[in-house]
Amino acid sequence: MAVKTQKAQQAPPVSPELQREMYWYMLLSRRLDERTWMLHRQGKIAFHISAIGHEAAQVGAAFAFNRGVDYAYPYYRDLAMCLVIGMTPLDFMLGVYGKEGEPSSGARQMPSHWSNKKLNIVSQSASVATQVPHAAGSAFAIKYRQKVGLQDPNDPTQPRLAIVCLGEGSTSQGEWHEGMNWAGVHQLPFICIVQNNHYAISVPFDQQSAVPNVADRAAAYGVKGVVVDGNDVLAMYHVTREAVERAYNGEGPTLIEAKTYRPVPHSSDDDDRSYRSREEVEEWKRKDPILRFQKVLTEAGLLTQADIDEMEARAKRIVDEAQKRAEETPYPPGHAALGDVYAPLES
Amino acid sequence: MAEMTLIQAITQAMDEELARDKRVFITGEDVGPRGGVFRATMGLFDKYGADRIVDSPLAELSIVAIGIGAAVAGLRPICEIQFADFIHPAFNQIVSEASKMYYRSNGQWNVPMVIRAPYGGGISGGLYHSQSVEAFFTHLPGLKVVIPSTPHDAKGLLKSAVRDPNPVMFFEPKKGYRAIKGDVPEGDYTVPIGPARIARVGTDVSVYAYGMMAHYATIAAEMVAQSDGIAAEVVDLRTLLPVDKEAILNSFKKTGKALIVYEDNLTMGYGAEVAAILANEGFEYMDAPVRRLAGPDVPGVPFSHDMQEFFMVNPHKIADAIRDLAAY
Repeated sequence: MAVKTQKAQQAPPVSPELQREMYWYMLLSRRLDERTWMLHRQGKIAFHISAIGHEAAQVGAAFAFNRGVDYAYPYYRDLAMCLVIGMTPLDFMLGVYGKEGEPSSGARQMPSHWSNKKLNIVSQSASVATQVPHAAGSAFAIKYRQKVGLQDPNDPTQPRLAIVCLGEGSTSQGEWHEGMNWAGVHQLPFICIVQNNHYAISVPFDQQSAVPNVADRAAAYGVKGVVVDGNDVLAMYHVTREAVERAYNGEGPTLIEAKTYRPVPHSSDDDDRSYRSREEVEEWKRKDPILRFQKVLTEAGLLTQADIDEMEARAKRIVDEAQKRAEETPYPPGHAALGDVYAPLES
Repeated sequence: MAEMTLIQAITQAMDEELARDKRVFITGEDVGPRGGVFRATMGLFDKYGADRIVDSPLAELSIVAIGIGAAVAGLRPICEIQFADFIHPAFNQIVSEASKMYYRSNGQWNVPMVIRAPYGGGISGGLYHSQSVEAFFTHLPGLKVVIPSTPHDAKGLLKSAVRDPNPVMFFEPKKGYRAIKGDVPEGDYTVPIGPARIARVGTDVSVYAYGMMAHYATIAAEMVAQSDGIAAEVVDLRTLLPVDKEAILNSFKKTGKALIVYEDNLTMGYGAEVAAILANEGFEYMDAPVRRLAGPDVPGVPFSHDMQEFFMVNPHKIADAIRDLAAY
């Protein structure tokens, strides 16, 4: 099970509409993210953890599965992915401000800890990689339900796979190993997307791993491993699509390692100048996934300057509106801290 | 009504729940053809097959974590940890994940799973096959913690645990697996999670215990009744989290004297919470110091016979403590 590096041009064409939609979500995520950094710098919010630089990896992957139906286990950096699945800029802003009605956690969790049962986005903690064996467990449940006759394997209204994301640093955790092992042993409908941005906060990848790719480890679990350019949204879409087909067809799990970069600090509390050069960051900014896709689409005649201007204006309106509504929303009352400790017994 | 051992009652509960609900499955180490190292799942693999009785890799973290992911996706996992001593690799999953999932998702995602684990000493198990770990988990709102002491309760409580929409830690006193026998009703019944049980009625001293120690406390209460005419009341707590404060206080109102018995180390064991409840809400009824009888504060239960017996609480030690308190 050799690691393959996928090239977008090997894959079937993607419709112009879908390509423009991908571009739109990447742009929306970026503008929302940039606004949130600004709000933090203005002292209006307590914390932000960013998706900047990861938009292609997330958007490409998110368009490839049955979003809102298949189980998604995103991690804290997955703003763009969650927007594609169906969470809204207002949902996100309510989380950033910790306001009433915040859908993921009722504003109990820090921002960007996604959860939405209507969209089958499963809640995650801040302990990294704990969600990986959960995703394997949900994938196990899918296969189990199909085997014992609780679910028709071909029913697209039911979840048919579980997809989980994490950073490359988190793959050092035992949780990742045990989740991958279950996925391999039971050949589960499971996709693990490692967004490799080369740093676990400050620690470079070569101090976390003796092998150059996370995907090199996949073979040891009996899982197909793929390395992909995570800044190429179409390549990301194609490799994820292939993994989704494998999962739906009962062909087993896939590990996709998306090589990307985080051109901003780990979080609003980090200062990345202590651990990497400005030259390195500038070099990666030139490989920005949004600028890159914009160039591809423009050259292919799928996107005009007027389209870009319209999208920019629309994104600004949406972000302004989300911020305004979040600011106007009250905080949940203090006694809301006491809710939802135990689920009520079913009668 | 048939007499059976504690472990037979546990097996029967799982058998009936597997038959009742296809969403129920079992995973853990050696639970399949081997039937579990204690034989708790004996016969279930033959009856329900490899799809539903799933031998896990030798890795406790993922036994629990797979259960969480499966429960979130609508199944009803029963996860067996071979010995409670080996639950610690799964601690992060229980603390950070299972206990917090419902709260942190604003009540969207619940985790209907049972984690079964044999616990306790006195079986020549040494440091790593004797631990009483319940106090770690009773510190976690969001979990329920259940410890039966009779076959009747074991079956009824385990059925309640399987049907509960929350994660339930189900600790089984392994020394009592075959030593404790009792009548178990045929067919389906449940014992609710929450209420304690008055195992023996008395007026002189309240003895609070659970698991093997509740069994021993009942024996000790009979001993002091015959030797000294002391009427000890035994409160079998059964559910440690959430705790039945009302039952604890009602007994104390009658006796004014409390002995709390557990086989864990004394300091910060579960008995500390019972003592705090009595000190805070039972002060007006108090006729004597609140006493705790527990294991010594050493890192584990030693293997060699005399050291093990020195560590373990037994009916004689309980009887002495009851006499001492009754005479106060």
